[in-house]
Amino acid sequence: MRIGPFPLTRILDRGAWVFLALLAAFSVLVPLANLLVPPTSPFHVSTYAVALFGKYLCYALLALSIDLIWGYAGILSLGHGAFFALGGYAMGMYLMRQIGTRGVYADPVRPDFMVFLNWPELPWYWYGFDMFWFAALMVLLVPGLLAFVFGWFAFRSRVTGVYLSIITQALTYALMLGFFRNNFGFGGNNGLTDFKDILGFNVQADGTRAALFFSSCVALALGFFICRALVTSKYGKVLIAVRDAEARTRFLGYRVESYKLFAFTLSACMAGVAGALYVPQVGIINPSEFAPANSIEAVIWVAVGGRGTLTGAVLGAVLVNYGKTFFTTGLLAPYWLFVLGGLFIGVTLLLPRGIIGTLQHWWDERRSAKPEPSEAPQTGAAPLTNPHPAE
Amino acid sequence: MVDVRITTAMLYLSGVTVAFDGFRAINNLSLAIEPGEMRAIIGPNGAGKTTMMDIVTGKTRPDDGDVYFDGVHDLTKLDETEIAELGIGRKFQKPTVFDFHTVEDNLHLALKNDRRALATLRWFESVEELRRIDKLLDTIRLKPVRDRLAGSLSHGQKQWLEIGMLLAQQPKLLLVDEPVAGMTDSETQQTAELLKQINQDRTVVVVEHDMTFVRELGVKVTVLHEGSVLAEGTIDQVSTDERVIEVYLGR
Repeated sequence: MRIGPFPLTRILDRGAWVFLALLAAFSVLVPLANLLVPPTSPFHVSTYAVALFGKYLCYALLALSIDLIWGYAGILSLGHGAFFALGGYAMGMYLMRQIGTRGVYADPVRPDFMVFLNWPELPWYWYGFDMFWFAALMVLLVPGLLAFVFGWFAFRSRVTGVYLSIITQALTYALMLGFFRNNFGFGGNNGLTDFKDILGFNVQADGTRAALFFSSCVALALGFFICRALVTSKYGKVLIAVRDAEARTRFLGYRVESYKLFAFTLSACMAGVAGALYVPQVGIINPSEFAPANSIEAVIWVAVGGRGTLTGAVLGAVLVNYGKTFFTTGLLAPYWLFVLGGLFIGVTLLLPRGIIGTLQHWWDERRSAKPEPSEAPQTGAAPLTNPHPAE
Repeated sequence: MVDVRITTAMLYLSGVTVAFDGFRAINNLSLAIEPGEMRAIIGPNGAGKTTMMDIVTGKTRPDDGDVYFDGVHDLTKLDETEIAELGIGRKFQKPTVFDFHTVEDNLHLALKNDRRALATLRWFESVEELRRIDKLLDTIRLKPVRDRLAGSLSHGQKQWLEIGMLLAQQPKLLLVDEPVAGMTDSETQQTAELLKQINQDRTVVVVEHDMTFVRELGVKVTVLHEGSVLAEGTIDQVSTDERVIEVYLGR
C-alpha cells in the first residue's frame, strides 16, 4: 500500500477506469440505439431491452453493496434484499401519489387500495411522499436507519458468521410478512403498481425509460466509485483485517463494531437506491421482493463474479440475470432453479475466487512468473488476490 | 496507601491466585519485573505460564491478588482493549498476522495512530510514518519482503512480523509467548538477537520452553511450577537447582 495524499489515483486504477469507461459507453449507446436508431435497423435496441438492461444495472448496484460488506468486511448478509425492497417501496409510494385522480377510484390523495379498504384518510407515514425530494431522502434514510439500528445491536453484541446471516434472513422474512398484511398500509400482497408519472414524465414512455436507464448507470458508477474510495483507503485495509482476523484487529485497538456499522449502513443505502431505480423500470413493487430467496440469489451473483473485487459483483449480477432471463423465457423455464443451484455449487467447487477473482489471480501469477520488472509507477492499492501489490 | 505509586516495578504481581473448576492454575504467584528488564519465564507444561499472561492482559480475572502495571494501573479492573491502550503488547503462541495484507500494511495497521474509522478514511502515509515503517522493517529483518502478502511468509517470518506489529504499537511492556516455537536453529538465534535489541528501550517478558534459546538470551530466569515461583536467578543457577531438575526431569 502506498496511500498518498491524492486519492483519485489510488481509487481509479486501470481496472476501475476500464469498468467506468465501459459503463459510460453503455449508458450513452443503449439509449441512443433505442431512441434514434429506427426499429428496422439491426442496431436498434427495443424499449423492452432498455428496461431489462436497466433492471440488470439495479441488480448490479445491489450486488456491489453486498460485495462491499461480504467481500471486504466478511459480513455475509442474507437479507440485503430487504434494504433493496425498502428503497423500492419508498419510490413506489412517491409513484403512487403521482397517480392522483387517474386511479380507478379517482381519489386525489388516497391510492386505490386505501379507497378499496375504506380507509378514511392517508396514514401519517404516507405524508410527504407526494414530493420527489422527500421520497428520494427516504430511499436513503429508511434502509440506512434500519441497517444502523440492526447493525448497532448485532455488531456490539459481537454476532458474527452464520448467526449474523441467520438473523439477516429473519429480518427480511419478518418484513415480508409485515408487508403482506393489508393493514400495514403498503398495498398488501398486491404491493404498489399502475404507476403513471415520475417527475411529470410518463413512466412508460421511451424517453423516460432511457432516462431511467441512464440514471441507473450513473448510480452504479457512483456506487462503484464510493466503494473503491472506501476499500482503497486505510479504512478498507482495516475492514479486510476485520474480515480475516477480527479478534486480532480488536487487540490492535480498533473499534471493530464502528468499522462494520459504517460499511453496513452505507451498503444498505446503496441497496435502497438500487431498489428505488428498479421499481419505476419494472413497474411494480410487492412484498415478494423481501423473500429470503431473493437475498440469497444476490449473494450468488457476487460469488459467481468474484467476492471482494467489486467489478466481479457487477459482472456476476449481469451474467446470472441474463442467464435467468434466457432460461425462464424458453422451454427450460422449469429448470432455472436447478441451474442456479448448480451454478452456486459449481462456482464454489471449481471457481472459488469467482470469474474476476480467478482472472486477477491468473494475471498476477503470470506477472510474477516473469522476471522482476523495473520500478513500475505505483498504481494504488491492489486487489485481494494480488501477491505483489505494490510493484 | 500514602503514595499513589505502590511499586517501582513495571509489572508487579502479588499473591495472585486463579482457579479453574477447582484446579489452581496460578497459586499465590508473586513476581516483579523492573522497568527495562528482560525476563524469561520457563516451566513445564501446566505450570501456569500462559495463564499468567492471560491475567496481565485482562483475558482472565484473578480470584485473588494484585496486578499492577507501571506502579499505578490496577490491571485486574481493566479489559483487554484498555490494557492494550495502556501500553502492554502481547504476542500469542500461534502467530496471527493479516494474511491478505502485505508485510508493510500489517505494520501500518499496527502503527500507533488514530484508530477511529473516520480518521482512517482520510488517512494518507506521511514521510514520518514511512520512516518508522522502514525502521521497523530493519528491526524485524523483513525489508526485502515488505511487499509480499503476509500469508506467503514462512512461519518464522510471521513470528517476526507479529513482533514488529507489537513494536509498531509502541508498548512499554511486551509479553512474548513462545516466540521460537517451530523455528529453525538459525531463526531461533536471530530471534534472540531481535529480542535483545527490542529490550534496549522496552521491558520484555518472554515465556519459553526452549532452554537453548533462554540461554541465548542470557537474562534473569523465573521458573514456574504448579502456579507459583519455584526458582529465580541466572540460567546456570536455576538449571543446577535440585528442585528445578526434579520438576523437569522427574524423580
